[in-house]
Amino acid sequence: MRYLPKSPADREAMLKTIGLGSVDELFAPIPAEYRLSRDLKVPRQMAESEIVDYFRQRSRENGEGYTSFLGAGAYAHYRPVIIDSLISRGEFLTAYTPYQAEISQGTLQSIFEFQTMICELTGMEVANASMYDGSTAAAEGVMMAVRLTGRRSVVVARSLHPEYREVLATYATHQGMPLSVAGFGENGRLNLKELEKSITPETACVLIQSPNFFGTIEDVAAIAEVAHKHGAMLVVSIAEAVSLGIVEPPREADVIAMEAQSFGVPLGFGGPYCGVIATREKYVRQMPGRLVGQTVDKQGRRGFVLTLATREQHIRREKATSNICTNQALVALMVNIFMTVYGKVGLKELARQNLAKAAYTAEQFAKHGKVLFAGAPRFNEFVVQTKEDPHAINSRLLRHKIVGGLPLNKFYPELRNAALWCCTELTTRNSIDAAVRLVADRDASAPSTKEEAGVEEVAR
Amino acid sequence: MKNRIRKATRHVNQNEGLIFEKSSSGKAAWKLPPLDVPEVDASKLLGSAERKDLGSMPEVSEIEIIRHFTRLSTWNYAIDLGMYPLGSCTMKYNPRVNEAVARVEGIANGHPYQPEKISQGALNILKTLSECLIDITGMDAITMQPAAGAHGEMTGLLMVRAYHQSQGNARKKILIPDSAHGTNPATAAMVNYAVENLKSDARGMVDIGALEAQMSEDVAALMLTNPNTLGVFEQDIHKIADILHAKGGLLYMDGANMNALVGKVRPGDFGVDVMHLNLHKTFSTPHGGGGPGSGPVAIKKILEPFLPTPVVVTKDDGTLGFDYNRPHSVGRVRAYYGNFGMFVRALAYIQANGPEGLRQTTEDAVLNANYIRKGLEGAYDLPYSTATMHEVVFSDKLQAKKGVRTMDIAKRLIDYGFHPYTTAFPLIVPGALMIEPTESESKEEMDLFIDAMKSIAEEVEEDPQTVLDAPHSTRVSRLDETAAARKPILRWKPSV
Repeated sequence: MRYLPKSPADREAMLKTIGLGSVDELFAPIPAEYRLSRDLKVPRQMAESEIVDYFRQRSRENGEGYTSFLGAGAYAHYRPVIIDSLISRGEFLTAYTPYQAEISQGTLQSIFEFQTMICELTGMEVANASMYDGSTAAAEGVMMAVRLTGRRSVVVARSLHPEYREVLATYATHQGMPLSVAGFGENGRLNLKELEKSITPETACVLIQSPNFFGTIEDVAAIAEVAHKHGAMLVVSIAEAVSLGIVEPPREADVIAMEAQSFGVPLGFGGPYCGVIATREKYVRQMPGRLVGQTVDKQGRRGFVLTLATREQHIRREKATSNICTNQALVALMVNIFMTVYGKVGLKELARQNLAKAAYTAEQFAKHGKVLFAGAPRFNEFVVQTKEDPHAINSRLLRHKIVGGLPLNKFYPELRNAALWCCTELTTRNSIDAAVRLVADRDASAPSTKEEAGVEEVAR
Repeated sequence: MKNRIRKATRHVNQNEGLIFEKSSSGKAAWKLPPLDVPEVDASKLLGSAERKDLGSMPEVSEIEIIRHFTRLSTWNYAIDLGMYPLGSCTMKYNPRVNEAVARVEGIANGHPYQPEKISQGALNILKTLSECLIDITGMDAITMQPAAGAHGEMTGLLMVRAYHQSQGNARKKILIPDSAHGTNPATAAMVNYAVENLKSDARGMVDIGALEAQMSEDVAALMLTNPNTLGVFEQDIHKIADILHAKGGLLYMDGANMNALVGKVRPGDFGVDVMHLNLHKTFSTPHGGGGPGSGPVAIKKILEPFLPTPVVVTKDDGTLGFDYNRPHSVGRVRAYYGNFGMFVRALAYIQANGPEGLRQTTEDAVLNANYIRKGLEGAYDLPYSTATMHEVVFSDKLQAKKGVRTMDIAKRLIDYGFHPYTTAFPLIVPGALMIEPTESESKEEMDLFIDAMKSIAEEVEEDPQTVLDAPHSTRVSRLDETAAARKPILRWKPSV
């Protein structure tokens, strides 16, 4: 076995040193009746070349070569090459959580920089070293508000990512945290009247997303005012981190629960991604997850350590702020490198391109059909309503190697025949024009050979 | 400094400030293609929501970023540099083919909402890995959704709760041995169960008498790590399972230590009802400085209705798809399907091993731990003499007489070129030194480790101050953690 660094002679010598005659004696503590006497039913041992072939084959069955207009919490942005060069360094890749600070300064300093940039971008004062993803970060953000307010119920915007809502419901079920939902208005924003009605003196927090699931930017200040008036906190989920380059961060929020996947993390069929929680300094002791702090060594040199560990499970056990232990450190490093590459000017330009692409696409769609939720600003996603079932449209697009917008009938049956479209800096005008044409062309039968060739050109 | 340090030599490494300290206006490491759609007026589109300024985000060039992170990386210890004997963490080799296949285009760039028709590759990986893990654990079904071990624990306990609820009574508490990981009680609290501690006996195993006395119809489950955190296999496991089952309780197994069992014994065969695995421990996905992990939860048939949604199924036409229609499900525990990239790596690891490789891996892991135990017996106190599986726990009792504690020995080990073992855990051993070599260490590397540990034990006798002041060879000496916590500085700020 090529990963095992021992010869049969080594094993013999070691057994002899231990004073055993055979390997079986090492397993004597396991009652004989439970010991497995057959081979595991797993694939036979494969050569490296066979493993690579196997996954290349799976890759070909997995949307390779398609142009996609999907977003909905998972965004296709360009990943600078140096991200993978740097995270592939064994000193980052194969290190453990930096408990031993003296030989983990690389990881610790990079997390400190990550925390700083997240604070800078979100307008918050402290940020943790990562949560599993945006959905669990939102749930943990809500639980934080529950601890801070001593209240238990939660108002959730219906325009929050539906799967985030499901995750929150799972977390809340056994915490005795009643959830109520506030709907959205004509412009796609949270309906403030409904919000007013939903808040009670027991409301710990209001949880919204901005840009919300439809890509619409919420009026965070107005929502914060309503929440705060009733003594509730405001937790804002941000699923599309690139928006922070050009959209004002929700500074009025008390807690920001973010998904940073957009910052250099591969789509990877849904994970691993990078959740983050950012908040005010005064709330830091109720924050879940790891935090890195600056300090000095015995000689007064600057150094970094994991800090405020008394919040955490390995110290506090059942009284911890969360059970989270292993988080998403290497993914946070990708995010960190991405933020460093684009920086102060690049992030803004990147966001501007996203804004322009989506604006152009929405404009094209508006010529042929209905783009919902006009009247409120949006970032890089928007909802298109069609006469035809979006699934039928998508089947048509798929023949041209285009993955159309996400049909919303499963999540929002009230928005009949609607689909959520996303454009990023990677979406080309050619593919936009092709997609818009195919959506509009509802009577089109299977494309002619000539047309197909043309579209394939576009889709490449 | 005494010179028995054979594994490491000091060498120059580069100083490096914070990235913000290198930033200056006009430098850039990015370039976007020309915009192929009309430019937009952001203030017109966004109005008051437009952001004008990104504060003190850095502006640096590409070479500076490469040097910055490369320099930082050289300040870390890593498995790639040498033995990383953190007990309970299973710091084994992270194969590079795993990294390569995780980056193949269709796998790295698959969108979670792309149609199932063009997701067969990913679904196939999910299904194949699930089947492997089900056979490895001897269980009946599995969810791949949890993002890490602690998240798996939560998912497992949610299913336990749902099961009991379906029986008419959710029950009130979870029994947890005093040797357990901190995540176990923290998880029980998140699922709103009370935690009741269970004492270990003189062998370091669950005290069967205590379990019998504490078991009642209020107990939903026992969360047991097996082998436990002393590296000891719970020999009375069948009795433990019987005691629980007799009163309708379930046996949860924390699979953190599964590296001692794969291919040799299956938890499903010894009475476990629900367990999580850590793909980032047993199945070689990299720890990455603290994640990403992956914590699949394997279960017996009785818990299957409660699995998180969605579940991978084979459809009538033979293709794979997701089933969302599961009325008894505990719900989702995260968005999408889990840390899919880790599934790719874990499957590649299983393929590289095959059945015989997995078994040999387990045997080598246990052999290594026993070799270290033999090598260090006498030099360090062994509080439990019970047979060792994949990790061994010593205490600092002998060294404490000279005022040297486990953390001091750990710090001194750094000078010898090793990452420390796990300190001060499990809690039932005062001053614990918890050592897990994994299968990835050669005899030579372990001989060096044993030699280093013995040398430190001698230093404690002859010159304890050297150990107390360690490490001596690192960029920074021991850091002031108290100051860090008292007045937290959690971000850089520009000097005014």
